[in-house]
Amino acid sequence: MDGVNVVELTIVIVFFLIVTVMGFVASRWRRAESLMHLDEWGLGGRNFGTWVTWFLLGGDLYTAYTFVAVPALMFGAGAAGFFAVPYTVVIYPLVFLVVIRLWSVSHVRGYVTPADFVRARFDSPGMALLVALTGIVATMPYIALQLVGIEAILKAMGVEGELPLIVAFVILALYTYNSGLRAPALIAFVKDTLIYLTIIVAVIVIPVKLGGWDAIFGAAEEKFSAGTGAGVLLPATGQLGYATLALGSALALFLYPHSITGVLAASNRDVLKRNMSALPVYSLALGFIALLGFMAIAAGVTPIGEDGNTIVPVLFQEMFPSWFAGIAFAAIGIGALVPAAIMSIAAANLFTRNIYKEFLKKDATPKQEAQVAKIVSLVVKFGAVAAILFIDPQFSIDLQLIGGVIILQTLPAVALGLYTRWLHRGGLIAGWFAGMLAGLVMLYNIPRLGPDGTVVREHFGGSSFALSKLGLDVASSVYTGLLALLANLVVAVLVTVLLRAMKVSDGVDATAESDYTAEREDPTFRDLPDPLESAPPGVAGERATRR
Amino acid sequence: MASAVTPPAGTPRSTDGAPVRSDRSPWNWLLLVPIVVPLLVPIYNRVEPTLFGWPFFYWVQLLFVGLGVLTTVLVYRATRRSPADQAAARAAVTRDAAARTTDDRTGGH
Repeated sequence: MDGVNVVELTIVIVFFLIVTVMGFVASRWRRAESLMHLDEWGLGGRNFGTWVTWFLLGGDLYTAYTFVAVPALMFGAGAAGFFAVPYTVVIYPLVFLVVIRLWSVSHVRGYVTPADFVRARFDSPGMALLVALTGIVATMPYIALQLVGIEAILKAMGVEGELPLIVAFVILALYTYNSGLRAPALIAFVKDTLIYLTIIVAVIVIPVKLGGWDAIFGAAEEKFSAGTGAGVLLPATGQLGYATLALGSALALFLYPHSITGVLAASNRDVLKRNMSALPVYSLALGFIALLGFMAIAAGVTPIGEDGNTIVPVLFQEMFPSWFAGIAFAAIGIGALVPAAIMSIAAANLFTRNIYKEFLKKDATPKQEAQVAKIVSLVVKFGAVAAILFIDPQFSIDLQLIGGVIILQTLPAVALGLYTRWLHRGGLIAGWFAGMLAGLVMLYNIPRLGPDGTVVREHFGGSSFALSKLGLDVASSVYTGLLALLANLVVAVLVTVLLRAMKVSDGVDATAESDYTAEREDPTFRDLPDPLESAPPGVAGERATRR
Repeated sequence: MASAVTPPAGTPRSTDGAPVRSDRSPWNWLLLVPIVVPLLVPIYNRVEPTLFGWPFFYWVQLLFVGLGVLTTVLVYRATRRSPADQAAARAAVTRDAAARTTDDRTGGH
């Protein structure tokens, strides 16, 4: 036990035990008759009010990635790392009107995943499969990213080896299996209380110890003036990349399956609208968290073993007494467990609804669906642990950015689909392939540069694509995801025009216009057969069956 | 095609009995402000004026958080449904919860 900080470790273990008990007890919280239905296990009964949704979505969207990787980026790259703030400002007004349409149509038709919606809207199991696969693939590195947060605090506490990480995830996997979405919803209360406490204390205590904000920004100015000469500002060539990364990340965030799971678990539209105003409180906290990177510069923090992700834990250790550092570490650790649980549930829902039930066992009962989803949630978590043990965690933030590039390719089907059915299902599929291809080719061709401008890694070195590579005579870069989305949309429109000219059938829309604005008290199709069980009835059929 | 429903006052029923509603409102245009402003990087990529030692670039972006909250609150309040409609939604939540819960819990929340 040499080199292990016993006080910190004890506090972290105590909090971990508390949330473990809560995780198992959660199955009895707002208890349903049976958890063996995806509406219950996978969406917590679709019944969360404003407060629970605020904690759940906050715990879901602002992850351990927030606490660890954003300050690490500020520490390493300066102002560019602050993109997390405009990103999380732009997001809520951007999706304000969109998420309520998704909630309404899913409420009326009983959809559990975005792919359920795409299948019914465009009459296309193929496009639904692509949406499901993209969601699962994009979520995996995101779960892995959460493990990086836990790993960083373990390193800071002097705990060696991978065993504690594996134990933590096995326990998480078990209570998620047991309680479903209720577990992270309940634990999120603890997570966010600890995080707000840590941030408030950090913002008051650390600047005092370091000699004020002037000293903090001064130290950062000194560090970054050496390279680009831009100091604590963005270099002229970095501004377009900053804005496009913020916008692209914002467009991507609510396409992730785990965000949609949080949205669909809300009890009504007003809950979501109120949360679009209340969730930015987390963005404010995120701004302060980002500046921990500059505080680490001013404090002269050196990362453990050149792992930039450890700078925040090390900073806390230097600035706080052991007992409070322990609380801060618990905040990061639990901050990793909540989103990891929601993400694995979301991935499991996708697999169950859009792969298992669609292609493997069409007559699966709701009970069988829930059972499959529970098992898949276990598999997903073990996959994430394996990924983190075998892939260099130093690049965790880039893994997440790559996930963002590919999830954006579902935007035409999922987000535009909520407004219009003009795009043909064939066009959507063609566009998806074009966007994926363009995105992956661009990511492959982005090198990672070291501080001195030499190439450290030749491929997949980041997500900001130099426009000069497209033959444009400018020094700016653009977020790859947006360029790939552009390629996607162009192909989708062209193929749609072509297919319409050839009079190829675009199937039957299984949703009605009134579904998209339905309120909680409006009639739903709950009592009717599952939409995946039979061919969509179409508008004519709907009129007859509607109550 | 989609998005073609016009918003008559109240919530009249369409031929199949589903309420005809709409999310359309001129207030929604306000949402563009907090989307566009934070993306105009050149207008705030500078140090002066500083505030409590913070360069403009940093404090103004935290101020944008407030701008986002303000506009979404405004739009929400301006487009809010009547108290009676909101009560109907809450009643539906309670009704569905009661239908789902086990017998020993049906009495409370």
